[in-house]
Amino acid sequence: MTQPTLVALSSGSVPSGVAVIRLTGPQSFAAVAALAGGLPRPRQASLRTLKDPANGQPLDQGLVIVFPAPHSFTGLDCAELQVHGSPAGVKAILSVLTAFEGVRLAGAGDFTRLAFENGKLDLTEVEGLGDLLAAETESQRRQALTRFDGALSRRVGDWRQALLDLRAEIEARLDFSDEDDVPFELPAHFKADIESLENQLADALARYDSGRIVREGFRIALAGAPNAGKSSLLNALAGSDVAIVTSEAGTTRDTKDVTIDLGGMLVIVTDTAGLRETDSLAEQEGIVRARRAIGHADLVLWLEAPDVETIPRPQGIDTPIWIVSSKTDIGAAAPDSDFALSMKDKDSISVLLSKLEDHIKTRIRTNEPGLISHLRDKAALEAAAENLHQAIAHIGIPELCAEDLRQASDQLAELIGLIDTEHVLDRLFAGFCIGK
Amino acid sequence: MTTYEVIIVGGGHAGCEAAAASARLGVPTALITHRRATIGEMSCNPAIGGLGKGHLVREIDALDGVMGRVADKAGIQFRVLNRRKGPAVRGPRAQADRKLYREAMQSELSETPNLEIVEGEVDDLVVEHGRIAGVQLLDGRVFSARAVVLTTGTFLRGLIHRGDEMIPAGRAGEGPVLGLSLRLEALGLKLGRLKTGTPPRLDAHSINFAVLNEQIGDNPPEPFSALTSAITTPQISCFETRTTPQAHAIISSNLGRSAMYSGRISSRGPRYCPSIEDKIVRFSDKDSHLVFLEPEGLDDPTIYPNGLSTSLPEDVQLAFLRAMPGLENVVIKRAGYAIEYDHVDPRELSPSLMLRALPGLYLAGQINGTTGYEEAAAQGLLAGANAALAAKGAAPLILSRTNSYLGVMIDDLISRGVTEPYRMFTSRAEFRLHLRSDNADQRLTDLGIGVGLVGQERREHHCERMARLDAGKSLLTRLTATPNEARKAGVNVNADGVRRSAFQLLSYPTTQRADLEAIWPELADIDDKSFEQLAIDAQYAVYLDRQQADVEAVQRDEAREIPDWLDYALLPGLSNEMKQKLIDAKPQTIAQAQKIEGVTPAALTLILAVIRRGRLDKKAS
Repeated sequence: MTQPTLVALSSGSVPSGVAVIRLTGPQSFAAVAALAGGLPRPRQASLRTLKDPANGQPLDQGLVIVFPAPHSFTGLDCAELQVHGSPAGVKAILSVLTAFEGVRLAGAGDFTRLAFENGKLDLTEVEGLGDLLAAETESQRRQALTRFDGALSRRVGDWRQALLDLRAEIEARLDFSDEDDVPFELPAHFKADIESLENQLADALARYDSGRIVREGFRIALAGAPNAGKSSLLNALAGSDVAIVTSEAGTTRDTKDVTIDLGGMLVIVTDTAGLRETDSLAEQEGIVRARRAIGHADLVLWLEAPDVETIPRPQGIDTPIWIVSSKTDIGAAAPDSDFALSMKDKDSISVLLSKLEDHIKTRIRTNEPGLISHLRDKAALEAAAENLHQAIAHIGIPELCAEDLRQASDQLAELIGLIDTEHVLDRLFAGFCIGK
Repeated sequence: MTTYEVIIVGGGHAGCEAAAASARLGVPTALITHRRATIGEMSCNPAIGGLGKGHLVREIDALDGVMGRVADKAGIQFRVLNRRKGPAVRGPRAQADRKLYREAMQSELSETPNLEIVEGEVDDLVVEHGRIAGVQLLDGRVFSARAVVLTTGTFLRGLIHRGDEMIPAGRAGEGPVLGLSLRLEALGLKLGRLKTGTPPRLDAHSINFAVLNEQIGDNPPEPFSALTSAITTPQISCFETRTTPQAHAIISSNLGRSAMYSGRISSRGPRYCPSIEDKIVRFSDKDSHLVFLEPEGLDDPTIYPNGLSTSLPEDVQLAFLRAMPGLENVVIKRAGYAIEYDHVDPRELSPSLMLRALPGLYLAGQINGTTGYEEAAAQGLLAGANAALAAKGAAPLILSRTNSYLGVMIDDLISRGVTEPYRMFTSRAEFRLHLRSDNADQRLTDLGIGVGLVGQERREHHCERMARLDAGKSLLTRLTATPNEARKAGVNVNADGVRRSAFQLLSYPTTQRADLEAIWPELADIDDKSFEQLAIDAQYAVYLDRQQADVEAVQRDEAREIPDWLDYALLPGLSNEMKQKLIDAKPQTIAQAQKIEGVTPAALTLILAVIRRGRLDKKAS
């Protein structure tokens, strides 16, 4: 089996102004040379007439760029053809290319997989690329690009370097305590260094929620008694000029999500079933789901209306709750409500939207894109932070402290997909005069 | 032609251990060495054990090897290093009397049944049908065998450097071995070149010990071997001196005359055992380095100055020595030197230490790129045992990173190769809290018994010890106390109403044995050695439990063999660079592939996927 050469239309669907066809693999250059009558200089765009090598018939005119291995996206030879976005033209070029021995159409994610396998992207960068391609809002795009660009890998790299230094200090005292160059006591800054690292992890973890909110969207649950005006509010939010409805992500039997873009941030509004005691099995199930939606939300809008009997407000949940009195056109708002609105009063909806936007911005806390946004990141950082905490407690028991630091390092390494204990020794030998 | 089952080539630490292991397995074995009188020679420092190395000696002992017992007979100063630190990182070490060590080793081997010692120099290997079939000596004799273990140390194309002198030699005063290197090259093996060094030897009568710090050993000395009840050899002291700014100035101004700094030596030396030239160049901010003056024997006036390995010319060696306290009038008995030698890329080996390119041929010691007596002996034991097991047609003894330092070392060697002489460190073992020098027998002796490597005396001793430990452990876990009872006895636990076992209470660092005996007088029945061991287990219990998942993950990866039919060159989705790395390293398991630098997790996933698919294809066809 020889390694296949993959080809794909990498730009969006045709017709379009320009279409980009990408090839990667051992036959890329041979195939492109056959169509373009030779290869341009690496990484320089060159205008060529592309011809079918079988009959010399021109297929299209376009820019040809080649990226020889290993300096390419996949790490293998790569070529790009930028041609006119004509469905027929693209189809003809693809069929000529795939007629070459060993060239086939790429499946979804094949190019990224090759880049990962050849070490061009690490795990977090692959995830970043996935997020980037899926980004719908500006803040999602910025966060994903930051990750794709290796920001998390670099931070994790810095943390691991700091851990390597700490581990080298302690390992030197364990493995070379009989040598004069290594003092018995740990350096004075040792504990402070672990604490500083622990704080950095805690900071990153504190921003997980912002990262997650940006990546997955800010979740608002509309809840309250039946007929309190939840569905009307949902429609009003969805229909407002301020909010752009990006999709209606499917309606379950009893909760309905609407996704909106609010000031560049993705917001998912969930309309829950009304909460009340009921004998109907179907409705009971709906209420269970509503309670779950409230539990998963980043914010609950609790609706009450003058013409609906009030039911107890949710107690003992961490999620912030705003009390919203609706239908102010037919009666007075509850005195302790945070908002009063009427679907007939467009301004009241705009005020709510603008308050929501402000609130979400404070929840995201910072204009800096979030460093961690995946559950996997959070689990690894939490575990590493706990290991560091233990390491501080074990500072007087060096072999346990070393074990805690090793585990912290492994957790971080797993985040970017690598582990290597040999690096500790390298660091150790660079810093100490060891040996007799 | 004389016929044996197993032939061991070399009488150093690897060769002795290999010969003894093969013979213990009941297989007719020959040890071929230049001179019977140099069997068990300590060519470099007169000491056994240390941090990481002491662990290896205990593991050798747990497999009924000879190094621990011989060192107990020859040891003239015993110290457990890292005594102020935790039990997992403590390493037993002993200064040894070189003559006593040689004598004890030679008598040990001469009394070993199934073992014959032959004087001679092996010049070539006999290969038949792609398998090892014996060895040919320089004098023309040919010995046949089913398996051969090469333990050639620094003899393969050995070249001594001192200043601008270059002397072909295996070690001081002994010629090098040339023929075998050619044969190994002809097999298509990758040979590398490494360097090591040794300090000058000093005449004790010319040293003024009165001005120096004395270093006294432990009292009572703690033996290496589980079978040694007490150390009976007289114990003596070592002394400390230091290099001085004047000594540094002499070395600095003569660097051009050092073999290592003049460019005559290009091969890599160990970073952890730098020459004094190296220390002064790399750590120029330090104006003094500690030097231990170690006696080479009870009635031997030779002193080994530990820390002064050098390849400077002899006149410079004498000049810088005389600039050090106590050494003002020192006389050099033999000048220090550096030596370069050939080694085989250990990635050519299987986990049994057999060369994959030549079935039946095993390598151990410095030929595999390691340094140190203990590293050599531990490999020798495993190679000798596996040679004998192969001769008997039995499955090899394979050790794992999860059960021994020996397993860690072999895994490091065969999956990473070496760029400098490999020495054991405790930091190389990810399961350090479990792989301790105090429990080597619990980790390994049963494995040794399983393959027949352990003699009757140790077997009985081990069974008794395990029975005592088991009884002690079950007593400690059976007895429980309320927080109130525990606090009354002086063990400060949370008043949470939870009953804790005596074993759990032992995990509190402040718990004393007497505190527990105040609650449960029957604990006095547990003997001291078992109690100490159980207390260590209790102390690390939380970590050992947590590591269990990691241990299992490693064992899973170790069990995932990469089949021979997998051809990396044909794997899609791997860069040429990665393919080359895998082809060079020849990983035999996923665990090994994981350790190859630059091999990404994705590549591993791909390999796993191909292996699984290959199995399916086979099932289908």
